Amino acid sequence: MSGSGRHPALDCVHCGFCLPVCPTWLSWGREPDSPRGRIEIARAMLDGAAPSPEMVGHLDSCLGCMACIAACPSGVRYDVVIEEARARVEASGTRTPADAGRRSAIFSLFPHPGRLRVAAFFLWLWRASGLRWLTRASGLVRLFPFLGRLDALAPDLGLAEVTASLPAHTPATGASRGRVALVGGCVQRVFFPGVNAATLRVLSAEGYEVVVPEGQGCCGALSVHAGRDEEARGMTRALVERLEASGADTFLVNAAGCGSHLKDLGHLFAADPAWHDRAVAFSRKVKDVTEFLAAVPARAPRHPLPGKLAYHSPCHLGHAQGVQEPPRALLRAIPGVELVEVPEGDQCCGSAGIYNLVQVEASDELGARKARNVLATGAPFLASANPGCTLQVLRVLREQGASVQAAHPIEILDASIQGRPFPGRRG
Amino acid sequence: MSGRASVTELAGRLSAVVGARNCYTSASELLTYECDGLTHGRTRPDVVVLPGSTEEVAEVVRLARAAGRPIVPRGSGTGLSGGARPVPGSVVVALSRMRRILEVNLEDGWIRVEPGVINLDVTRHVSAAGYYYAPDPSSQSICSIGGNVAFNSGGAHCLKYGFTVNHVLGARVVLHDGRVVDIGGPALDTPGHDLLAALVGSEGMVGIVTEVTLRLLRKPEATRTFFATFPSTDEGGEAVSRIIAAGILPAAIEMMDRLAIVAAKAATGLDWPDVGAALLMDADGPTAEVEDLSARAVQIARDAGALELRLPRNEAERQLMWKGRKSAFAAVGRISPNYMVEDGVIPRSEIAPVLREIESMAKEQGLRVANVFHAGDGNLHPLVLYDAREQGQEERAEQLGGDILRMCVRRGGSITGEHGVGSEKAAYMADMFGPDDLETMKWVRAAFDPDGCFNPGKVFPSSRLCGEKPGPGGVEHPAVRSGEVQRW
Ligand SMILES: Cc1cc2nc3c(=O)[nH]c(=O)nc-3n(C[C@H](O)[C@H](O)[C@H](O)COP(=O)(O)OP(=O)(O)OC[C@H]3O[C@@H](n4cnc5c(N)ncnc54)[C@H](O)[C@@H]3O)c2cc1C
Ligand code: SF4
Ligand code: SF4
Repeated sequence: MSGSGRHPALDCVHCGFCLPVCPTWLSWGREPDSPRGRIEIARAMLDGAAPSPEMVGHLDSCLGCMACIAACPSGVRYDVVIEEARARVEASGTRTPADAGRRSAIFSLFPHPGRLRVAAFFLWLWRASGLRWLTRASGLVRLFPFLGRLDALAPDLGLAEVTASLPAHTPATGASRGRVALVGGCVQRVFFPGVNAATLRVLSAEGYEVVVPEGQGCCGALSVHAGRDEEARGMTRALVERLEASGADTFLVNAAGCGSHLKDLGHLFAADPAWHDRAVAFSRKVKDVTEFLAAVPARAPRHPLPGKLAYHSPCHLGHAQGVQEPPRALLRAIPGVELVEVPEGDQCCGSAGIYNLVQVEASDELGARKARNVLATGAPFLASANPGCTLQVLRVLREQGASVQAAHPIEILDASIQGRPFPGRRG
Repeated sequence: MSGRASVTELAGRLSAVVGARNCYTSASELLTYECDGLTHGRTRPDVVVLPGSTEEVAEVVRLARAAGRPIVPRGSGTGLSGGARPVPGSVVVALSRMRRILEVNLEDGWIRVEPGVINLDVTRHVSAAGYYYAPDPSSQSICSIGGNVAFNSGGAHCLKYGFTVNHVLGARVVLHDGRVVDIGGPALDTPGHDLLAALVGSEGMVGIVTEVTLRLLRKPEATRTFFATFPSTDEGGEAVSRIIAAGILPAAIEMMDRLAIVAAKAATGLDWPDVGAALLMDADGPTAEVEDLSARAVQIARDAGALELRLPRNEAERQLMWKGRKSAFAAVGRISPNYMVEDGVIPRSEIAPVLREIESMAKEQGLRVANVFHAGDGNLHPLVLYDAREQGQEERAEQLGGDILRMCVRRGGSITGEHGVGSEKAAYMADMFGPDDLETMKWVRAAFDPDGCFNPGKVFPSSRLCGEKPGPGGVEHPAVRSGEVQRW
């Protein structure tokens, strides 16, 4: 609900200012696949229309990139509109059994770091044993396109990475400037453990003591974005409890999707008086790690990292959290770094949470566009603060036979502080 | 109408032309095309079709006509007078997939584009080379060139540079029988009747525009902008009159009243003060001239009672000021649940008294009105704020909007400056034109579209069928609803 107490879909005045920033509208030019069209669909559902398969299709094709929110002069809370509409879809049972099955497979895997780690282990085993070739050749991948998709997306992993865990406590280097808690993130933790390790090193070098509360599950972001609100609330409550118990009063996040969700818990708990105020208070203490670091004077000396570095602004950092300048400022401050912008930089890469697993065609179209734009910068290095985006861009580049070396801004900062070369994975 | 094919049959044929994904007949999809930027009147079309080329448009028109269906062209759907609102039983032809830039000729200063190209994208395309496309509706980030042509749209900078009609050199149009004709061409003037002038502003009633050749201008050497605040619109209006009387032709001179300022601030986070009125002025041209004009205008604004004057320190600040002005309409959504944008013209010298009259009319109806307008050419945009959930407010708002327009006509002005007549203002045409004028306009239209198949029911006031109540929440005649009778 908006401030006025009415449904946010009713705040839309139909001016269309959100259309030219919406990736799906830009790709297809069709009103039902635009923010304004999706709001109309949500409004029809609000007026009692049962979700039809067509409606579900147009809601599903939304990337949740939130570019439309930043562009809307009327301040329409599109995020609330789409999450609510999706929750209605989930509750209505409109999905075909196959679609529902695929979705529930995703949701029984991704938001669970434990299960994800087991899956990653099998993925590693499968690849390492050469079985991958067999399954690919045998057409198994074609039979289970979803498996193939996951395989194409998942980064190459070492066994050590798959089984890595984070220290519960990292002391500050030198005199302590304060104590912070780190949110581990599920996809991040399993597929990009290097990012968390780098975050700990950088925070410590900058004089912060870091706790990583144990037993962290998923923050619930993936589920909220897909309209699985009840599931999301359960996950979020558990995480909030763990983090609060750490006693820290700053909660740092290094995955944009988690951050945008955790910063805005108020509406998820709007109907839960016991939790609402607690959730809002928690949200106020959440910061992206780059936002946190850019706001304090640097302490650790930076070593030069000469090279042209393209900056990819993840939607959930730039649009949803409005964090634009901090990561850029941190990177620009590294001696030798020539930071360049990716053309059409405010456009989504098509990764968008689980989007690239369920909306294959649209996601590929956007991924190809993003890859072209990244290559157009001519930069050999790419900074991307969201694991999903990094996986997506690297996959597309790999398929195109091109390559850049991608890393999270914090990994780049870490390399500079440690005096190591440009970090990252190649696509 | 006889020989009318069923929706399914027609959709099948249309799909064969444009592809199934570009043809909608399901209620869930049609509902997203029920209205344009004017939301308080909605009609669901029977089919929406999105062609991808001139040939496809021509084929779509032939099929829709053969099926006895009225055709409603649509661009980006930002029109504010219901011009792209469907009529019952209609086929909406949306041009939003046709957005290729076809040819650029900087040497001769023109560009040829498809109709779905967004206004601002034209400028973006040639900006690096030092050119731009002058007409700049506040909706320029999304409105389409096709819609601009159909409505002869204007913008802040049209005071100096003229409206769309002054910038269209040629057009390709699909006529009612599917024939494709080219009107005009890259040259600045073509011999014979100026058919382009009949096409521009024809509100989708002449045919479907599928290509447009536009004039490009060199970017001015310099631009100076200032923002001035005033205790009330009286002093602001006075400043505008005096600036123009002094022989200064600003590139743009825009005024906002208190409510509009509040809304623009809310949308952009600008730190504008809470004052009765604000002016935003651009002067452009050769540097020396611009410096002089802008200094004189600033002095005049001071003398007229300006409270504060601000000059942007850089281009980013300047853009932000303009963004505040350009978001003002849509931003009003932040201060009121619903609103209607009116679009009237008055003689420039009457700004202050007209605004006072609007205020007292609004008080009488118990409503609020925010004003944003192109002060230089007396083009007012009173935004009538209301809450549709409150019993009777929408009707009162409608009444007030109509009264304001009639007052504009009384004062020697017009019922529309740039937003078109569409569905919304057809009823007021008779306040402005006599029966002979209207008859003549209909002849012109019939010369292009004898059956009136394109965008029927728009622009011309129509006699009512019995049992019909026009306007929002109105009742359609049963014969119209069933499709037996069409309102052309
Ligand atoms: C916030 C806001 C600010 C605005 N500011 C301004 C302003 O400053 N100045 C101004 O003039 N207008 C303004 N408008 C109104 C509107 O943006 C313009 O009228 C614009 O030209 C409409 O373009 P569109 O592509 O949205 O057309 P639509 O609304 O889709 O259609 C407009 C008309 O054009 C016809 N049409 C569309 N495409 C074609 C085609 N290819 N061939 C034939 N007919 C066609 C339609 O049938 C309809 O009658 C504003 C609107 C909004 C929402
Ligand atoms: S969230 Fe992104 S994809 Fe979805 S409607 Fe908004 S701009 Fe479009
Ligand atoms: S910009 Fe905002 S008000 Fe305008 S159409 Fe989009 S959501 Fe609606």
